[in-house]
Amino acid sequence: MTLRDLINKLLGRQQASAATARERLQLVLAHDRTDLSPDLLDQMREEILNVVAKYVEIDVEEGAVSLETEDRMTALVANLPIKRTLSGEIKLKEPSPEVSSNQDPN
Amino acid sequence: MTSDTRVILICSGKGGVGKTTLTANLGISLASKGCPTAVLDADFGLRNLDLLLGLENRIVYTAQEVLEENCRLDQALVKHKQQPNLSLLPAGNPRMLEWLKPEDMQKIVEMLNDQFQYVLIDCPAGVEDGFKNAVSASKEAIIVTNPEVSAVRDADRVIGLLNTHGVKPVQLVLNRVRPKMMQSQEMLSIDDVTDILALPLLGLVLEDEQVIVSTNRGEPLTLVGSNSPAARCYSNIASRLQGEEVPLIDPAKEGSSLKDKFRRLMQTKIF
Repeated sequence: MTLRDLINKLLGRQQASAATARERLQLVLAHDRTDLSPDLLDQMREEILNVVAKYVEIDVEEGAVSLETEDRMTALVANLPIKRTLSGEIKLKEPSPEVSSNQDPN
Repeated sequence: MTSDTRVILICSGKGGVGKTTLTANLGISLASKGCPTAVLDADFGLRNLDLLLGLENRIVYTAQEVLEENCRLDQALVKHKQQPNLSLLPAGNPRMLEWLKPEDMQKIVEMLNDQFQYVLIDCPAGVEDGFKNAVSASKEAIIVTNPEVSAVRDADRVIGLLNTHGVKPVQLVLNRVRPKMMQSQEMLSIDDVTDILALPLLGLVLEDEQVIVSTNRGEPLTLVGSNSPAARCYSNIASRLQGEEVPLIDPAKEGSSLKDKFRRLMQTKIF
């Protein structure tokens, strides 16, 4: 943040447009570089969450999957907070036969 | 191929960002530094390099006639009268859009390799056939972009394509930089653009009305020894291409009035 940004924020004014341009570009480029549409990304996010949720209890509301780009490298970053038990241990899911039978053999 | 000829593609993806103007000025600059230079207009559907160099009335043949053996290479090359180290070669006739293939472009550049130290290829806008032809004949590239979201996005796409074609090095020229807008943070900064595109910066070109004046006249700024901001930038870029270390013009230091100093204070990073 620059001095100008701070003053704009204090006065409740819009931030200077270069910052907005930078943010919009970073987002659109991350998608351009992978050919992933926001819809597909959403679908992937859901599936990833479901797979992980089979093994550990995660906070589905807080989980986020996003594309991050640095130096022309694009990474898929998944942030999945794992719920803990009161004693601080990671909550593991009971292995249930239902889960495996749900899987489509195709 | 003679290995020491530098075949440089000048491309951008988006149209109207200054490819042709850069090609013309860089060509004149390199030629005036004593390097035999050819500028090849690969944009033969909508060619303009001849107009910027003031050579529009002197084109008789194109590379197309040379390949068809209807004329010799030296008949198709248009030598610049005031700067005889520079020659223009139009790739083809605007009426023959379907004609050129990547192999043809490679043959044209091979012919130029014997006589010239630099071959600058003015690439058409877009990423279609014209672009692919030009890329196939190039060894290295300069990406021209403006500090605007649409130009940067298109540049990114082109960089990806150049990488897959094995063109390197790829360097960046940031064109039409407006120091005042950058200072008030209403324009993407130089760091913004180089960070996003992750390319080494070959140079920046300041916004300059003299560029329009010079294209009106068909006399590139670097030809007439202008000392205008853009002319200095072009000349610096030519020097860097030759391996000289020339410091970047700092757009923030272009003004030294009290107002400019205040602007600089306002862009101090506080956290």
